[in-house]
Amino acid sequence: MPVAASAIYFLNLRGDVLINRLYRDDVGYVVPYWAWSGRSRDPGRASVVARGIPSILRERPMEVRSVELKMGGRPRGNMVDAFRMHIMQTKELGTCPVRQIGGCSFLYMRISNVYIVIVVSSNANVACAFKFVVEAVALFKSYFGGAFDEDAIRNNFVLIYELLDEIMDFGYPQNLSPEILKLYITQEGVRSPFSSKPSDKPVPNATLQVTGAVGWRREGLVYKKNEVFLDIVESVNLLMSSKGSVLRCDVTGKILMKCFLSGMPDLKLGLNDKIGLEKEAQLKSRPAKSGKTIELDDVTFHQCVNLTRFNSEKTVSFVPPDGEFELMKYRITEGVNLPFRVLPTIKELGRTRMEINVKVKSVFGAKMFALGVVVKVPVPKQTAKTSFQTTSGKAKYNASIDSLVWKIRKFPGQTEATMSAEVELISTMGEKKSWNRPPIQMEFQVPMFTASGLRVRFLKVWEKSGYNTVEWVRYITRAGSYEIRC
Amino acid sequence: MSGHDSKYFSTTKKGEIPELKEELNSQYKVSVLTRFASLCDLPRPWIGSCARIQIWARRWVPGASASRSAGLGLFSRGIWSCWEMAFCAGTAHFSVVLGPNELEFAEFSAGSDKRKDAVKKVIAAMTVGKDVSSLFTDVVNCMQTENLELKKLVYLYLINYAKSQPDLAILAVNTFVKDSQDSNPLIRALAVRTMGCIRVDKITEYLCDPLQRCLKDDDPYVRKTAAICVAKLYDINAELVEDRGFLEALKDLISDNNPMVVANAVAALAEIQDSSVRPIFEITSHTLSKLLTALNECTEWGQVFILDSLSRYKAADAREAENIVERVTPRLQHANCAVVLSAVKIILLQMELITSTDVVRNLCKKMAPPLVTLLSAEPEIQYVALRNINLIVQKRPTILAHEIKVFFCKYNDPIYVKMEKLEIMIKLASDRNIDQVLLEFKEYATEVDVDFVRKAVRAIGRCAIKLERAAERCISVLLELIKIKVNYVVQEAIIVIKDIFRRYPNTYESIIATLCESLDTLDEPEAKASMIWIIGEYAERIDNADELLESFLETFPEEPALVQLQLLTATVKLFLKKPTEGPQQMIQAVLNNATVETDNPDLRDRAYIYWRLLSTDPEAAKDVVLAEKPVISDDSNQLDSSLLDELLANISTLSSVYHKPPESFVSRVKAAPRADDEEFADTAETGYSESPSQGVDGASPSSSAGTSSNVHVKQPATASPPAPAAMPDLLGDLMGMDNAIVPVDEPAASSGPPLPVLLPSTTGQGLQISAQLTRRDGQIYYDISFENGTQGVLDGFMIQFNKNSFGLAAGEALQVPPLQPGASTRTLLLMVPFQNISPGAPTSLLQVAVKNNQQPVWYFNDKIPLHVFFGEDGKMERAGFLEGWKSLPDDHEFTKEFPSSVISSIDATVERFAASNVFFIAKRKNANMDVLYLSAKMPRGIPFLIEITAAVGAPGVKCAVKTPNKEMVPVFFEAMEALTK
Repeated sequence: MPVAASAIYFLNLRGDVLINRLYRDDVGYVVPYWAWSGRSRDPGRASVVARGIPSILRERPMEVRSVELKMGGRPRGNMVDAFRMHIMQTKELGTCPVRQIGGCSFLYMRISNVYIVIVVSSNANVACAFKFVVEAVALFKSYFGGAFDEDAIRNNFVLIYELLDEIMDFGYPQNLSPEILKLYITQEGVRSPFSSKPSDKPVPNATLQVTGAVGWRREGLVYKKNEVFLDIVESVNLLMSSKGSVLRCDVTGKILMKCFLSGMPDLKLGLNDKIGLEKEAQLKSRPAKSGKTIELDDVTFHQCVNLTRFNSEKTVSFVPPDGEFELMKYRITEGVNLPFRVLPTIKELGRTRMEINVKVKSVFGAKMFALGVVVKVPVPKQTAKTSFQTTSGKAKYNASIDSLVWKIRKFPGQTEATMSAEVELISTMGEKKSWNRPPIQMEFQVPMFTASGLRVRFLKVWEKSGYNTVEWVRYITRAGSYEIRC
Repeated sequence: MSGHDSKYFSTTKKGEIPELKEELNSQYKVSVLTRFASLCDLPRPWIGSCARIQIWARRWVPGASASRSAGLGLFSRGIWSCWEMAFCAGTAHFSVVLGPNELEFAEFSAGSDKRKDAVKKVIAAMTVGKDVSSLFTDVVNCMQTENLELKKLVYLYLINYAKSQPDLAILAVNTFVKDSQDSNPLIRALAVRTMGCIRVDKITEYLCDPLQRCLKDDDPYVRKTAAICVAKLYDINAELVEDRGFLEALKDLISDNNPMVVANAVAALAEIQDSSVRPIFEITSHTLSKLLTALNECTEWGQVFILDSLSRYKAADAREAENIVERVTPRLQHANCAVVLSAVKIILLQMELITSTDVVRNLCKKMAPPLVTLLSAEPEIQYVALRNINLIVQKRPTILAHEIKVFFCKYNDPIYVKMEKLEIMIKLASDRNIDQVLLEFKEYATEVDVDFVRKAVRAIGRCAIKLERAAERCISVLLELIKIKVNYVVQEAIIVIKDIFRRYPNTYESIIATLCESLDTLDEPEAKASMIWIIGEYAERIDNADELLESFLETFPEEPALVQLQLLTATVKLFLKKPTEGPQQMIQAVLNNATVETDNPDLRDRAYIYWRLLSTDPEAAKDVVLAEKPVISDDSNQLDSSLLDELLANISTLSSVYHKPPESFVSRVKAAPRADDEEFADTAETGYSESPSQGVDGASPSSSAGTSSNVHVKQPATASPPAPAAMPDLLGDLMGMDNAIVPVDEPAASSGPPLPVLLPSTTGQGLQISAQLTRRDGQIYYDISFENGTQGVLDGFMIQFNKNSFGLAAGEALQVPPLQPGASTRTLLLMVPFQNISPGAPTSLLQVAVKNNQQPVWYFNDKIPLHVFFGEDGKMERAGFLEGWKSLPDDHEFTKEFPSSVISSIDATVERFAASNVFFIAKRKNANMDVLYLSAKMPRGIPFLIEITAAVGAPGVKCAVKTPNKEMVPVFFEAMEALTK
């Protein structure tokens, strides 16, 4: 069943409801004990509740009932109380994002200081529900212009109600594309970027665009200068053993696109991936060009990309949404160029002293440089005193994360830097358990470098008016989870 | 303005409802006051305060109580004083002085704006949980407005409060109907969408006409909203939807030219089908191609709807399956995880039909990368993906066989992701990758989170049990971990090492010495019990086994039951292996402790059994206690194949996350079409037949079953029937043998309906055997007939039954006279249950062997219809039924549909059920469906509480059952299906 939600709640960290929306009647009154206890304050509500449950079965097993009895009070509060009592106030919080309480299932996510809780009572599509929450948050952010947190919700509750009404109907997700929604859901705070002043009248063909085959782009866009910006953003994930062997290494990349194009353009993107190139060569019966090619393990596309065509011809063709969006994501495990090598040596000298030596080598081109390099070396909790020597950058001890944090603002290619630190520990009595060493973690960004070797070969734009476009391409590689065990 | 909504939270305080009411209605007053203000030549910002004060003053003077409080409210919030201050300070300071109340004064530029703000305040109050239902009329009065935003707010209010004010809600109907004909499609859709959300019967009636119009609207946005609205209406009143032909209209929308309309129509139809027993939405090859086409064009969510409903489609042959798969495969590249998982679901389902191994291999290859990619999503989505991958790996291990590395845990993964990854790593572990996996597990075993560490240690043990060749390496890792001397690691390691000993007996006992070193650190019952088991099992090889056990015995009375039971068994083992003085004293002490001084029945029973065994025949005791144990196997592929298939058909739903079939956690509310509550309560009350009958205690059979199975498991399995003389009562009781065996002396007297042919004459070289189990006079008989189609006489018939789940065996010799060529005979053979029970989950399989002097032995299979066991005492009275139903937890409830069964008459069905000892308790009518409540009882007191739902004359019977014995349920359903046919 593709239903994703019966109700959605936004709670703050204390468990207060910031906003909620019930889409279906099957939750909100898990097992309504007032349906038979004669304590019904509200006959209308009770009759709805009792329907469908044979009267002889209306009493439920003790466990559920006790929940209900403890909850008491207002029926609408029930779900929230259940969530507070059985998840938030217990150790369960954070142990599993899907939980069943009584007859209902709670799917929850924490985003900044807000819990978003979806409640369902049927065999709902969980993947759909979580994805809906993720997309909805992205939508809210696009409306609020950035942050999504408790304050943002309080400040925009009318807008959120309106959006919640629009993006989900009876538990079924509808169109969540910000570009289209902004056509006809325009709160005063949110000005459509295309019109100088907000108008009360919705765009006349908004409804056609919501449901249209190209449900992500509106018609009649005009730009003086037609431009496309492509950002290739890669995160390198690495897990290296203490002996320096690579346990797991992959690159997850995404291509972000910013489009300022008039009309309804057809775009085609060419990358240096092996299969695509072979297919192309095969189609044009021409030998494949030499040069570095890469093998993409997997690609996923924005809904604008014609998947059937990708499957048959291996070309990425699409009509882009206006503005910024994520065109595709890819994953590569073979032939990854690691930008940094980390060589740690940690010596425990007795019970109160440690010597830490970390050498970091940059192995990308000498003309390039990395920015914002941070190396976090974990140290035991009972660290008392630290002293450092670094060849570049600054190091300090951060007690809140129990780590030595070594920051290097700019790190040129083909160089190396070392940090040696001495750590003094408070000797504790009876601490039998030896310190388990968490891995060293690293953060960095390397502009104009792709760990996968991916390159954009071409980006073609066709539009019936035949205008010229300017394309801009940027590459950047970031650290994903870059972990070195020590 | 986005910053302004927040103020509503602070301004909407207690006691303000009358004031809000005022604001909602203040439009006209404002205009009057504006004129008044212009007369006074006040600057505009003043008018608001003027208006307020004027209102206050006017109401104050007549002294109506409600408005008095409103006035006081204003006064208390200092507006009055502000007004004075502002008056003195002049306009320049106005906004500064009035800072917090600025809003109040900025409120009115036009009437509808002011009302909008007032409604916003109402909604804000609603959001924080205040009951603002008393403003219902006032808010509804604002509904007729051109302002879309205000309209939406009012609609939102209506959705929340219409139910509490059903009589007033009717006021809104007119506007709804008008709005559903508005020129703006957004308003038309909004009206229909909102009406569907208001579950008030009176409104529902008025919904039909607008809905009918909107289903045929020109605008696809309206149509797609109307499609969902049909599902809403069906949820409120199914009959209405069917009567008004909405289902047909909905089916027409599948051919709509707009993909989003198609997607929503499919979603609505699938939902309606879910809550109906009749076939409503069946995908034909025609709709199939339409849906596959729409798939390419609709939104990501629409794709999920379509894919999910396609997963119910059963392809006709391999070619069609391949065709479907080919169309669905591109969806694997979608960025939306729900689309990917739903596509995987369809591919897995259709793969069952595909015969070409190349295609299957190719598909497996294609599915792996998208599944791996799901692991880079948000952790919650990762969790859902991992739970599903767990299932997929069980069904098709090849898909991810080479991807084990992606399941290595990252340090920052949330604990729930780590746990699931670990589970999958165990499943994917093979001889090829075990070294790598073991290194990972070892790494995890030194992490911080205790639960994770425990699971990692256990994982090592499970790998050892799974992979024989790696067992030694696993053990050495475990020993290394024990050396770290972290308490919970050691304990967990001992628990898994016990299992390894069970799996590979007499192989790794050399490590026992190492284990014994950490004996005194054990404090968890399971670890203690495991260690004690090891000591008992290998007592002969541990020199100081008696000393070790003795040290545990000192605290015997305080130990938890688990440890006590193990201590008891271990001491007995020790005594049998080393019957010296020390152990003899120990065993005396233990038996004394476990029989006299305990109040745990399990412990006492087991101690008595041992005691009697030891005192009657120590050699027999040896055979029983020290018998060879069956080898255990890895339980990491624990789901049985039928459950696994069901779960795989539910990929990406809750069912696949819980690893439970949907009916085990979905409440029944959705299942049956609703009837009007009041009416249905009445029929339920009067519908019960008032007949006296014996109540059944639902609790006792389950507890006794639990006890007996406990004994069965803990005892060596090979030695079930020893020493019956020592305790005939006990065993007799357990096995239900107390009913005397009465031979029947009129073998040929049977006649009745024709029996099913089990051995056709073609296979039986001319001999045809037909047979069936029946129950007569409280006894079970095998009604069997032989037909001699051979040329000669057949004689010397004998019959034998294989071990079966119910231990059915012949209770007498088969008496068949010599059969002349062409002759036939029919006889009743007395059967006795619970003789030689085959272990495992109950099945209905009955294997029969028949021989005679002339022919070879014939084997054939028969089915045991469970109802032959239903006792004549199975009738429950209503109260007993209710109580039984309540006392059983929800996970003991099972539902199944028999799509081909038809109930043509309730009375006939009830009669037929009664003939099989399924007793009628009550019935009620629910819409067009009849619901029957029945009960039956197996020997050993296992009750079945049954609910049958069916429409008379229509195919499709739904059967729900609750029983303490879950294992019997599949067999039970088989029997019920046979009975309803």
